[in-house]
Amino acid sequence: MDDIKLIEVKEEIFSDNKQMADGLRQRLARDKTYLLNIMASPGAGKTSLILKTVDLLKDDFRIGVIEADIDSMVDSKKVAAHGVNAVQIRTGGFCHLDAAMVTKGLNAMDLGGLDLIIIENVGNLVCPAEFDTGAIKNAMILSVPEGDDKPLKYPLMFTVSQALVVNKIDYLSIEDFDVDALRTRALSLNPDLDIFEVSCKTGQGIEEWVDWLRKELETFLA
Amino acid sequence: MHELPVTESILNIVLNHAKNHGVKKVLAIHLEIGELSDLEDEWIQRYFDYLSKDTLAQGAKLKIKRTPVVMECKSCSRRFEVNIKDLYEMKCPECGSVDCTLVSGKEYYIKSMEAI
Repeated sequence: MDDIKLIEVKEEIFSDNKQMADGLRQRLARDKTYLLNIMASPGAGKTSLILKTVDLLKDDFRIGVIEADIDSMVDSKKVAAHGVNAVQIRTGGFCHLDAAMVTKGLNAMDLGGLDLIIIENVGNLVCPAEFDTGAIKNAMILSVPEGDDKPLKYPLMFTVSQALVVNKIDYLSIEDFDVDALRTRALSLNPDLDIFEVSCKTGQGIEEWVDWLRKELETFLA
Repeated sequence: MHELPVTESILNIVLNHAKNHGVKKVLAIHLEIGELSDLEDEWIQRYFDYLSKDTLAQGAKLKIKRTPVVMECKSCSRRFEVNIKDLYEMKCPECGSVDCTLVSGKEYYIKSMEAI
């Protein structure tokens, strides 16, 4: 009978993806292109926030957008209509983007001279949190109708994000959503999280969010 | 939801080590996965059984140890475990501060494997 051997493996399950993501970040640092990964549930307002952001920054920065969707081209057409370079990645059923898929998207773009690339990740608060895309920063959106209890249900997403955009604050008067409770809950998971309250519909709060991104870009590009 | 790519990654790493060690069969794989992960143990095993057919790892059992969420207090440096259900009410047991950083709970680690 063969003896059972115990073999030390000691490897991260996502080591391949992590390595590729780190490589991508190095390449972006060399090219001076800032990559922002935006994650949220379906319908939270990812495309709307991207369009608002693009409109306010496009005179000062050269911007590209990578749209991920399981199987449609709807979002990239909307974004391209705002005059920026947009690439659609169809994930073919996958619920998230990983560094390999983002690399493909970047290769399909003319990176030369782009200051900012925004990734619209697949609509989902679970899976995208687990996969490093190679982005410099992660921003997540939570919309008011989704409820203020989401940090408890999706804690990982709140710990991997550096910015939280609370969208649809124009719904606050008709929803039972406690912004202070959300802040406390989100900050207890991630005390360094920058939180912005916005409405893509009315434009309220968008300036502060865009200022945050502008400062990020100025620091990165300097 | 994303158990499939995770499982694929586990299988690739395990088969690589199996080849390097010249083993005939992988019997068990010891994983450490953080409490913050939403992965379902049962589904990882099911996907693994499906993906590992006709490989050296066919039939291997995944033994998953969940690593707890550990926070470190920024003011007094005390490290403490937090039950995932109590994340909201989390505060430092030493000084009561809520300004803490996550030390562990996000692991995705293959520790070892048993093979013949």
